[in-house]
Amino acid sequence: MKILVLISNVPDTTTKIRFTGDNTAFDSTGVQWIINPWDELALTRAVELKEAGAVEKITVGNVGRQTTEPTLRKALAIGADEAIRVDAEPEDAFFVAIQLAEVGKDFDIIMAGIEASDYNGSAVGGMLAELLGFNSVSAVSGLNIENGELIINREIDGGSQVLTIASPVVTIVQKGIAKEPRIPAMRGIMMARKKPMNVVSPVEAKAKTEMINFELPPPKAACKLVDEENAKELIRLLHEEAKVL
Amino acid sequence: MSVLIYTENWDGKFKKFSFELVSYGAAIAKELSIPVTALSIGKVAEDELKKLGKYGADKVLNVNDNRFNSIDNKALSLAVAKAAKAEGAKVVIFAHNNLGKALAPRVAIKLDAGLVSGVTALPSGYDPFVVKKKVFTGKAFANVQVDADEKVLTFFQNSYEPVETENKVSIEAFDPQVGDEEFATTVKETNKITGKVLLTDAEVVISGGRGMKGPENWGGLEELADLLGAGLACSRPVSDEGWRGHEEHVGQTGKIIAPNLYMAFGISGAIQHLGGVSSSKFIAAINKDPEAPIFEAADYGIVGDAFKVIPQLIEAVKEL
Ligand SMILES: Cc1cc2nc3c(=O)[nH]c(=O)nc-3n(C[C@H](O)[C@H](O)[C@H](O)COP(=O)(O)OP(=O)(O)OC[C@H]3O[C@@H](n4cnc5c(N)ncnc54)[C@H](O)[C@@H]3O)c2cc1C
Repeated sequence: MKILVLISNVPDTTTKIRFTGDNTAFDSTGVQWIINPWDELALTRAVELKEAGAVEKITVGNVGRQTTEPTLRKALAIGADEAIRVDAEPEDAFFVAIQLAEVGKDFDIIMAGIEASDYNGSAVGGMLAELLGFNSVSAVSGLNIENGELIINREIDGGSQVLTIASPVVTIVQKGIAKEPRIPAMRGIMMARKKPMNVVSPVEAKAKTEMINFELPPPKAACKLVDEENAKELIRLLHEEAKVL
Repeated sequence: MSVLIYTENWDGKFKKFSFELVSYGAAIAKELSIPVTALSIGKVAEDELKKLGKYGADKVLNVNDNRFNSIDNKALSLAVAKAAKAEGAKVVIFAHNNLGKALAPRVAIKLDAGLVSGVTALPSGYDPFVVKKKVFTGKAFANVQVDADEKVLTFFQNSYEPVETENKVSIEAFDPQVGDEEFATTVKETNKITGKVLLTDAEVVISGGRGMKGPENWGGLEELADLLGAGLACSRPVSDEGWRGHEEHVGQTGKIIAPNLYMAFGISGAIQHLGGVSSSKFIAAINKDPEAPIFEAADYGIVGDAFKVIPQLIEAVKEL
């Protein structure tokens, strides 16, 4: 089986979020870029499956400018065999899905994260599946391959399920798909330098949505403190003042 | 033309969130001067379907076909798209939950629509259509303009107050004519969480972090949750250590919740944790470290030992 893991290049999750140009653009000054946490877990699971002999080849795919290459190199160092970068600004989920559909046709399994931690779109995986006519499973927390059959755990609202589904399939993964993200080893980092980084040109496509500006949440009022010895007062305040009990 | 709302059911019943979605959709429909259609897939009694009318649905399309029980994303999204086309839907609304997130992108492609997910408010404009959504895991919001005739939205729970109306609702059976070949999912096992308040439904959430020291110390939190009819949550290290089940993990990489009250015991308030809870209406924090970042996000707090505080809170709740 061949796996394509989609990689989104996102700001580190501790980044202080700021905007520039009258709140029209994310301020990336000094930002450290990482593999989207769910994509990193997806890749980790793909590498585990390859080590177990159930997968022949892992490709990572990204739509982005050259600045995303360090993130893709990291994915190669973790254990992907090759990277494909569609050389374009990722304008919106639709635009990205159109680009990935061009390069994603020949895979048995495509793994996407449940969302990207920057714009929280939860969209590329499902759109890509639809464009390719593939099956899709969302909120995937486990993926196993037994005798060529895919066995998938997924979360549903109010429980979980185990299911089987025929490939080709897009699995949209969340927590649980792998325990801890893999950290690249020295050997992996050395090998990553020689692995193929295929840069392809984008196809014509027009975004359907545009983030016109941003807002930060209103600042919180100071926290009202209650004395440890008089903790019952907290319940009174929640009941009478906040009216939430 | 219409606004179409996909109202999911849980064992034949709707939830407050379903009514919230219908009310939200009805407010949009009113601006556009078009009717509201709710789509229900699965076995739901007529009385229950009629409840959707009370929140603004003019029509309910009822698909009673148990092949859809397998939650096959391809087949389900085809059914929703066919309903949207039959109704001439200008706006299609889903819940921003597991199922909504699974179906909305597929439906958006089928309808050639623009998708905005994690929407938290009514559109601020209709021509052009602009709507607010969460970004950076609750750390900011974006105003998104949709440049397509049809729009698909996934809507964040607890962002709109359901409003009851006097409305005549018609209930119609609908057959989306989805062929057997569209269904590819074979469910082998289903595990439902029972006997507990679901975290995503809970109006009050009691949450414990590493400061609780170990799984044996959860008795007080469980009692408090029981007394308040609250859901239980935890920080990531707590579920990673196996002190509590993964379904209780909240935060950036766990569940994102927005209850009326979130009570954090022994949780430092790391940025990734706050991402999952910062939309709560009120946050109360109990932490022995006055410098813990959780106090910056909290409305109420106690700087102190959770083990001393919890018994007092239990007593006070019993006296309510
Ligand atoms: C990519 C990424 C994603 C992440 N996602 C998440 C996520 O989804 N959810 C999440 O929670 N974390 C997440 N984390 C981890 C996060 O950074 C923190 O490490 C974690 O939230 C800390 O959990 P905690 O507050 O329980 O523990 P700690 O940070 O160890 O805090 C324990 C707190 O308990 C207090 N305490 C100790 N004893 C007592 C007592 N007796 N009474 C009262 N207070 C006491 C201490 O003062 C301290 O503030 C993520 C991290 C990364 C890098």
